[in-house]
Amino acid sequence: MQSKTKELDPILEVNNLFASIENLPILKGVTISVNPGEIHAIMGRNGCGKSTLSKIIAGHPSYKITKGEIKFTGNDIHSLEPEERAQSGIFLGFQYPIEIPGVSNLEFLRVATNARRKFLNKEELDTFDFEDLVKEKLDLVKMDSAFLSRSVNQGFSGGEKKRNEILQMALLEPKIAILDETDSGLDIDALRVVASGIKKISNEQTGIILITHYQRLLDEIQPDYVHVMSDGQIIKTGESDLALELEKHGYEWTDNFIKEQ
Amino acid sequence: MVSENLVKDVVSEPYKYGFVTDIETEKISKGLNEDTIRLISEKKEEPQYLLNFRLNAFRKWQKMNEPNWADLGYKKIDYQDIIYYSAPKQKEKISSLDEVDPKLLETFDKLGIPLTEQKKLTNVAVDAVFDSVSIATTFRKELAEHGVIFCSISEAVKDHSDLIEKYLGSVVPANDNYFAALNSAVFSDGSFVYIPKGVKCPMDLSSYFRINSGDSGQFERTLIIAEESSSVSYLEGCTAPMFDTNTLHAAVVELIALDDASIKYSTVQNWYAGNEEGVGGIFNFVTKRGKCIGKRSKISWSQVETGSAITWKYPSCILLGEESVGEFYSVALTNNLQQADTGTKMIHIGPRTKSTIVSKGISAGNSINSYRGLVKMGSKAFGSKNYSQCDSMLIGDQAAANTFPYIQSQQPNSEVEHEASTCKISEDQLFYLQSRGIDFEEAVSMMVSGFCRDVFNQLPMEFAAEADKLLALKLEGSVG
Repeated sequence: MQSKTKELDPILEVNNLFASIENLPILKGVTISVNPGEIHAIMGRNGCGKSTLSKIIAGHPSYKITKGEIKFTGNDIHSLEPEERAQSGIFLGFQYPIEIPGVSNLEFLRVATNARRKFLNKEELDTFDFEDLVKEKLDLVKMDSAFLSRSVNQGFSGGEKKRNEILQMALLEPKIAILDETDSGLDIDALRVVASGIKKISNEQTGIILITHYQRLLDEIQPDYVHVMSDGQIIKTGESDLALELEKHGYEWTDNFIKEQ
Repeated sequence: MVSENLVKDVVSEPYKYGFVTDIETEKISKGLNEDTIRLISEKKEEPQYLLNFRLNAFRKWQKMNEPNWADLGYKKIDYQDIIYYSAPKQKEKISSLDEVDPKLLETFDKLGIPLTEQKKLTNVAVDAVFDSVSIATTFRKELAEHGVIFCSISEAVKDHSDLIEKYLGSVVPANDNYFAALNSAVFSDGSFVYIPKGVKCPMDLSSYFRINSGDSGQFERTLIIAEESSSVSYLEGCTAPMFDTNTLHAAVVELIALDDASIKYSTVQNWYAGNEEGVGGIFNFVTKRGKCIGKRSKISWSQVETGSAITWKYPSCILLGEESVGEFYSVALTNNLQQADTGTKMIHIGPRTKSTIVSKGISAGNSINSYRGLVKMGSKAFGSKNYSQCDSMLIGDQAAANTFPYIQSQQPNSEVEHEASTCKISEDQLFYLQSRGIDFEEAVSMMVSGFCRDVFNQLPMEFAAEADKLLALKLEGSVG
């Protein structure tokens, strides 16, 4: 593995995080650290806590952190509202993007982009300037501009919804992007489009966490680290070949790690 | 799952128009009997036919019962505990706006409706009604050049008596319903509009109703007549101070459209709604009805109802002329303990008549918001069509939304289509918007205005912006 980022400060540090929803513990001591330019993959069975981890980092109000901390660019973010986290550069790509009837996608994207730009002390964009910007980004995900005039995610196919997520990522230029099963429900072509979009958006300053079940996304985007999660803990961390092992042996194989622990 | 407190904070915006103007008023004593009516008529120097109209209405009202079919609960109104006439003291004759009491001008200034020559709104003529009387009407001269009459109904009684005698009560008869009968007996002022044949009214006309005193009711009456091939867009706004007592507002609005005429009537109703415990606020019992007498005539109601403790209001269209068109676009927002029972009646009588109903109800807090509407296809209404869409949005777990659509058809060759939906702002939707950097309040406000878009698109442009702002204000507050 390259040691390209060793001297840099991590963008995201999750330290021994315990969290629960309605008193049901979900995370039981998760630790992960992402440096600029790194791509991490988190794999694991359904219900192991992957999505919970991503929602907690984004600030979902239903989850309660009972122990541990999340640091973003060195600062504890537990008191920040979800919108403040987003404005400062945390992006969550949803596994199931939410439909919002009546709210135009274009207006939604513009308000979101301007909220981020305001945080970065950049000039906010009016409708015309924003349209120019968004059209440029549409190409990244091979989306048609007709998407812009529809309501947010309403009536979008699974693949369209996921592409809309990546479009948002492109516009918001986050410091860290957590992509929760962005590959699920995509056919191979759509997967390539999404993967190439992610690759074009990310750069030396961006950290990426890919939450996925499948090797096929990781064939497109090579991760620096692979973490295997089980029952609210990361039970093994390795390099990209760990994902291949998983693919070969299935999750049952990982049960041995728990026993080893 | 949206946290109750969060939503409560967001939808509770202090009422901005709750101030009282300290002004000397002339009030008659509380109570209602034939003498009260004679006194009002006398004060307004009315002709005999009008006094007869009032007395006739009063006698009918006495025999009627307050309706109880609406989904509303409120303390019984004591009709003897209301002052039926209250007017700011002014000089006998006012020849120009500059002679209007500065306090009154200041009041309307504060409400965002400047009336004086220097400051008046440039694109809209305003009739300003304060308690029981109209205090000023702008742009009268300019409108007169086009033959348009825009004045208070009291003046119209004096100057255009023939029109009043012909049309007053022709759409809403004196005995139409309990509150219309009460209004017909005691109405004090309101606006009168007459658009002559072939004239497209050169600017929007607007009435602004202000209730100032706490113990008097407001009973205004509006009459709009659009002659053949004429058109007009009329806007109406309403506010009132915050009192811990309930004030009764029982208005009647009558619209008449002749051949090829069109009337667009838009309302932004923001009467004081009472406090969070449901104390105080306006009881708003209003009868609004338009008659499309002429062929291909059109009457369109749009309303944004955000105020009042109780709203009981069904702006309706009687589609008499063949191929006439009726429309009703409504947004009703209720919060705290507000109750709204509102909708429309589309009565298709003529052949090939068309009506469209789009109603959006938003209920927050512990409020109840009901749509109640009737679509009736008469036996001669062949080839007529109606489309109704009634959507409800719930904010929080304690609010209620109801839809009561009534459909009656005596004409097999007609179409009635009804769609209804109920949705709730979900925590997932809010989180999704927030996770894109959009703050909680703006997220709620975006979803609400998205929900109302179909209706806002129907409002005159300035009004649409105001309505959007008003809803945003109502939904604004510190997020706890």
